[in-house]
Amino acid sequence: MSLMKRVSLIFRAKADKALDRAEDPRETLDYSYKRQLELLSKVRRGVADVATSRKRVELQVAQLQQQADKLTAQAQKALSMGREDLAREALTRKSALASQLSDLEAQRAQLQGEEEKLTLASQRLQAKVESFRTQKETIKAKYTAAEAQTRINEAFSGISEEMGDVGMAVQRAEDKTAQMQARAGAIDELIASGALDDASAINRGDDISRELEAMSSEHDVESELAALKAGVSGGSAPQALEAADTTPPAQVEAARVADQQPEEGQR
Amino acid sequence: MIVRIMGEGQYDLADGHVDALNHLDARIEKAVEDGDEESFRAGLDELLAAIRVAGRVLPDDSLLDSDLMLPPADATLEEVRELLGDEGLIPG
Repeated sequence: MSLMKRVSLIFRAKADKALDRAEDPRETLDYSYKRQLELLSKVRRGVADVATSRKRVELQVAQLQQQADKLTAQAQKALSMGREDLAREALTRKSALASQLSDLEAQRAQLQGEEEKLTLASQRLQAKVESFRTQKETIKAKYTAAEAQTRINEAFSGISEEMGDVGMAVQRAEDKTAQMQARAGAIDELIASGALDDASAINRGDDISRELEAMSSEHDVESELAALKAGVSGGSAPQALEAADTTPPAQVEAARVADQQPEEGQR
Repeated sequence: MIVRIMGEGQYDLADGHVDALNHLDARIEKAVEDGDEESFRAGLDELLAAIRVAGRVLPDDSLLDSDLMLPPADATLEEVRELLGDEGLIPG
């Protein structure tokens, strides 16, 4: 027997078993309708849960992206100061973040897919529940218990199949979301613990930031010095920039230039 | 003939189309029995795609029963095994 046939047989058997039939089949209609409404609100809750998870992952993506951007800026600054070693370190840390980012991005896409599927499932179920309600009222108004049976069976089988399908879809979405929430929780903890901050220097004075800051004032002196030298002799500026690597006492050099050009040097 | 792709909806297919899809169905069934994930994935993708092209989507408010049902597009081989559950893998 084909896979399609087997799945449908098994599914139908389960759906039938799930439906408790009352003495008066017309009562079963009301009972089933109640169950349908319960399932509908369950699906809607499912959509909201998945959306919450998606937003959480989006927030994490934004946080990590911010850290990655900061590292890029640090690398640029380090390079402009002639510190290729620092720039390399910043970029290395950024690439470590990149794999985490792509993982989160994949999760975000998956959650969005689940959200869309569940939203559609909820729309389908709502349309069917509404259709069932109309039929239910017609059946109750027009037929006796005995007469109603066939009509009820017809209305039931379609809706119970949908309910089984939607029930399973919600379950699958919940399982997937739970897995991802566990991972999202781990990343939140990582961010909260500062482990990622240390690596990427967000809002903290990490080693790269400290070194860049320390160099910054020195760099200002050196570049001004270079400008002055260029004004005097027109040729020694590159050497002054390179001097930043070996961190010479800049003041000494500045003082020397100041001697040569007293008024400019005090600017 | 009405075919449901689980988690997706119902399609109305001409009987001729269903016959044409039987070889894909058989391929997936064999893949499930063999535990061949790759062949299962390819077969399921192909079968579902063919149904979406050939079938007419039933309106949302339809309460019609499906004649055939298929696992969701993202179902794993393991999930399909579970779906077949008590029935096992012995063709009936």
